[in-house]
Amino acid sequence: MASKDEILAGLAEIVNEETGLETEAVQLDKSFTEDLDIDSISMMTIVVNAEEKFDVTIPDEEVKNLKTVEDAVNFIDNAQA
Amino acid sequence: MATIKQNIPNAHTRILGIGAYRPSEIVTNDDVCQWIESSDEWIVKRTGIHTRHRAPADVSVLDMAEHAAREALSDAGITGEQLSTIIVSTVTFPYLTPSLAANLADRLGATPAAAYDISAACAGYCYGVAQADALVRSGDSTNVLVIGVEKLSDVIDNSERSISFLLGDGAGAVVIGPSDVPGIGPSVWGSDGSKWDAIRMTHPLTDIRRVERGGQRTFAKDLVDPETGEMAPDATMWPTLRQDGQTVFRWASWEGARVAQEALDAAGLAPEDLAAFVPHQANMRIIDQMAKVLKLPDSVLVARDIAEAGNTSAASIPLATHRLLAEHPELSGKPSLQIGFGAGLVYGAQVVLLP
Repeated sequence: MASKDEILAGLAEIVNEETGLETEAVQLDKSFTEDLDIDSISMMTIVVNAEEKFDVTIPDEEVKNLKTVEDAVNFIDNAQA
Repeated sequence: MATIKQNIPNAHTRILGIGAYRPSEIVTNDDVCQWIESSDEWIVKRTGIHTRHRAPADVSVLDMAEHAAREALSDAGITGEQLSTIIVSTVTFPYLTPSLAANLADRLGATPAAAYDISAACAGYCYGVAQADALVRSGDSTNVLVIGVEKLSDVIDNSERSISFLLGDGAGAVVIGPSDVPGIGPSVWGSDGSKWDAIRMTHPLTDIRRVERGGQRTFAKDLVDPETGEMAPDATMWPTLRQDGQTVFRWASWEGARVAQEALDAAGLAPEDLAAFVPHQANMRIIDQMAKVLKLPDSVLVARDIAEAGNTSAASIPLATHRLLAEHPELSGKPSLQIGFGAGLVYGAQVVLLP
């Protein structure tokens, strides 16, 4: 099971692969849409890749609640438990 | 006891000819931006669409189907009289009954061919190919005309931004008949009604009658003002299309790729055996994602008709195939993987030899 730091690092890699953003830009307090400029379709690609990487399920209706990187890290951390 | 005689089956089938019709009016992204707050750059980045065709008021769904059908018959080298069955996939023929197909049979001189419409939205063309393949192989039909045709401009609301700006009008047709060689692989088709409202009409047609009689209309969540929670007083009584884009994107890109892979496996081919990949033209981002998940080699040409034609639902696969063949005639006779997916949710895929 991945620690929160490992989840953040893994998410940063996924975001980098989808958008080309530097992994260092993916910080806990950043908003996916406003700070990282990630649109709804890229967000879904990130979600599906995160599900695979961390072996969790992130339902469609949950995706709109993942506003910041921290929201996503916390959701994945809880879902792993 | 007397024995029932059954048809002698045909061993193989294939597509014998293809036709297309693209209506004359072109709607650009700048046109769309008169109706919704957006930009050419935003639309291209998120959808890959630059233009879409829309049919003028005096061009009907039937007219478009006839244009495409006549080209497909000519390409196949047969006449309407030689058709035994006509299958039309459409969700925009404006009569609940009778069917577009029966009217078209008369126009094409195909009477008394069996003729019927099917409702499988953006998967409808692949559903039609699955049925035509089975009908010809069973010996019940000889030549089957399969058409995907939509006048989606009749069922959209240009001021909403979930789906309308993606959509265009058009028609595509193929003739399927007996063949000496295997030309249509096994169809992988199905549905997932748990996502029935992921792509939907805002409300049922029966609301129009209910309100005419003084009753209340059905609750239509798409027409509710998010600030007041009330139905807008001027909300149209004419039902129009909506979709949940993220849900559809996820389902189409990953589940769709799984279905396409199954169709490829069922045909006994590997990705490098394909000459072309023609997915339903829903969104360029879905096309890109599917091609990535399928790990298609660069040698496989991927249809990207959507840039010019937008999403034409049931018509998109034959339209995109028609363009690929016009631009790359060397593809004729080579295998193409096609997959349709859409409202239902429904999906259908098969490998075909290109005509």
